[in-house]
Amino acid sequence: MQFSFTSEQQEFRSILRRLFEESCPTSEARRAMETDAGWDIARWRKLNDQLGLCGVHVPEAYGGQGFGPVELCIVLEEMGRALVCAPYFSSAVLATHAILAAATEEQKRALLPGIVSAETIAALAFTEPNGRWDAEGVETTAREAGGGFRLDGVKSFVLDGHTADLVVVLARAPGTASGEGLSFFAVKGDAPGLRRRALAALDPTRRIARLEFRDVEAELLGAAGEAGAAFARTMMLAAIGLAHEMVGGAERLRESALAYAGLRMQFGRPIASFQSMKHKQADMLVDVELARSAAYYAAEAAAEDDPETPALASLAKAAASEAYLQTAIHTIQIHGGIGFTWDNDTHLWFKRAKSSEVFLGSPSWRREQMLAAWGH
Amino acid sequence: MSRPSEESVRAEVRAWLEANWDPELGLVEWRDKLIDAGWGAPAWPSAWHGRDLPAAVAAVVDQEIRRIGAVGVARTGIRTLAAATLLAHGTDFQKTKFLRRSLTGEDTWCQLFSEPGSGSDLAGATTRADLKDGRWIVNGQKLWTTSAHHADWGLLLARTDWDKPKHAGLSYFVIDMRQPGVEVQPLRQMNGHASFNQVFFTDAEVPQEHLVGQLGGGWAVATTTLMHERRNAGGGGTSGAAAAEARKGRIYDEERAETATSLEPYKWYPQRAGRVDLILERARATGAIHDPVVREEIAKLLILAKSAEWTARRARAAQVLGRPQGPEGSIGKLAASHVARAAARVHTMISGADAMLAGEDGPLDGIVAEILVSVPAVSIAGGTDEIQRNIIAERVLKMPRESTADQEASFRQIPRNAVGG
Repeated sequence: MQFSFTSEQQEFRSILRRLFEESCPTSEARRAMETDAGWDIARWRKLNDQLGLCGVHVPEAYGGQGFGPVELCIVLEEMGRALVCAPYFSSAVLATHAILAAATEEQKRALLPGIVSAETIAALAFTEPNGRWDAEGVETTAREAGGGFRLDGVKSFVLDGHTADLVVVLARAPGTASGEGLSFFAVKGDAPGLRRRALAALDPTRRIARLEFRDVEAELLGAAGEAGAAFARTMMLAAIGLAHEMVGGAERLRESALAYAGLRMQFGRPIASFQSMKHKQADMLVDVELARSAAYYAAEAAAEDDPETPALASLAKAAASEAYLQTAIHTIQIHGGIGFTWDNDTHLWFKRAKSSEVFLGSPSWRREQMLAAWGH
Repeated sequence: MSRPSEESVRAEVRAWLEANWDPELGLVEWRDKLIDAGWGAPAWPSAWHGRDLPAAVAAVVDQEIRRIGAVGVARTGIRTLAAATLLAHGTDFQKTKFLRRSLTGEDTWCQLFSEPGSGSDLAGATTRADLKDGRWIVNGQKLWTTSAHHADWGLLLARTDWDKPKHAGLSYFVIDMRQPGVEVQPLRQMNGHASFNQVFFTDAEVPQEHLVGQLGGGWAVATTTLMHERRNAGGGGTSGAAAAEARKGRIYDEERAETATSLEPYKWYPQRAGRVDLILERARATGAIHDPVVREEIAKLLILAKSAEWTARRARAAQVLGRPQGPEGSIGKLAASHVARAAARVHTMISGADAMLAGEDGPLDGIVAEILVSVPAVSIAGGTDEIQRNIIAERVLKMPRESTADQEASFRQIPRNAVGG
């Protein structure tokens, strides 16, 4: 473990930060969140072309840049910070990790280059209306029929599920349970029998959808019934990525609260000079830095294939969830009444924090996963 | 002249140690040789026993000394703070008189800053030093003085001018602790240990050449001491001693005795930090690991403790790489308080009714009880959590200072505690 970034990684981060500051102001997020898709595909493809964001962690053989989890997590932290509205977590993180972990070589070569160039937007449909984030929650079935597979079931909480060109679906062989009999499938977004509906989301900067599969034709990715480990790996890497996105958002909130407290005058002095404000800011710094350390450590562990990574991923996700939400609550409080208004930007991050708190598993569930992964 | 490389220093010190290391020497005798050769404090200036080596290169010398099981210079207790302070601010007379003996371990030191009336507000000290017939006469009381009962010298912050604003009226002295005007009494803490002392000065004397830095410039000198104290916090400093545990020979016996004396006041410090290391073992032994409520609290504690540990590692990594210190370097003390408190709470949950018991009747032969009654010290000692938050807010986050009444006015006019004034 290095506990630090290389100077190349630091440079990558500062390029991203500048780019997102210039091209993704909150006025863009506000514009995007009024649209059906929740993002502007032309703008996103332009941004992706500039830096190859969707392929940062994808091997060069599939059109990517061949970096690892640490670089991907730098992108996610900066995107969370700037609140970039884009089909990134859905396509480049969830769906890409699932394909990388489960698909055959031939399928990777067929599917990934389009995702990397953002010509294809992919989504990963794994959670169902029961709201579980583990294999036990999967009820959707995949029947073998005529040399292929047909899917039946309902998926929910699918990021960008209603707009994706390609939906990667987790389903099980009829009669199987838990981690057994699971497979990933590729389904076209406009496949007959697939009904998609955007759900009204608490976080307007991130779209979630409900997908109903009724006898939908699907292409098996990799070997049938063997996706349990690939799903676990996908969830592990996604949790680490989400932790980074949350840490980035939390830091941005902390900074905005600090800046506001320095400007806001009450009783003839900036409110930043009141000890109650200073102590709150110090506590926010502690919260964010501790969560950041957990996220960075997990990313480094993933890069080194550390056997503890599953526990560390849950640890990082739980830590970031608590820190992000707490920071968001403090930030609104520090802004006072103005922080509760629609025009003030704080609520954009607050809603992302609240939604991310439970996305990929609540802090309590993640803590239990962590203990279990450690064997306690 | 080119800077010596790690390799060349390693080769040189290795050869010197092979030729000179002798476990049959006395501790001071050996350290004298080490210092004469410039290997005692290689990071110090060459004029003062050192070799001007950068810290990273000087570390090689320690590695080599440890590697062959040799003994290094004295590093425990307040003496390292005294040496660092005198190197920065001392006169040649003071450096000559004190530096070498701090390295040999012949002199023992204590720090006389805190008072009953000024804890967090250290610059509000009211112990006074008045110049009479060419000598400083000291009167007042100091508190929380570790090792004062066996110290030869004290680092004393005292008020020499009552008309100047409070920071400007302080001066810094080295005081002889072995004189009739100095009375040391142990201070018993709520956990039963007496690791600290209170020190009473009644017309104690300090020669004029023991003034460190400028008259009225004591705060700047004290800041140097405190800076080194923070830097050393949690850094240990007994690395050689642990390795020497099993070694036989006169020099090792002497070093062990020195270490034991220095560390005696700190024997309950692991309990003060909350003993997160015992949590899982205890939870399994008691079956509490199966209680979902306790599990949740254990998990939260482990996340907090590990995040704090990794944050410290990030800070150290940045330091090693020579990168500017980020906020991660400033939150360690506050994070440690959170960890200790959370650990005490979880130990209580795991122990249940047994948390009412201490000593032989208590869980782990009283260790759990000692944790519960020691943890309150963490958020106070070495700067309270509240002061830490002020420091983070003002120095790291650059938030404005609270307007205070005591910065400009003459110290005489500042309201202060009746105690100790």
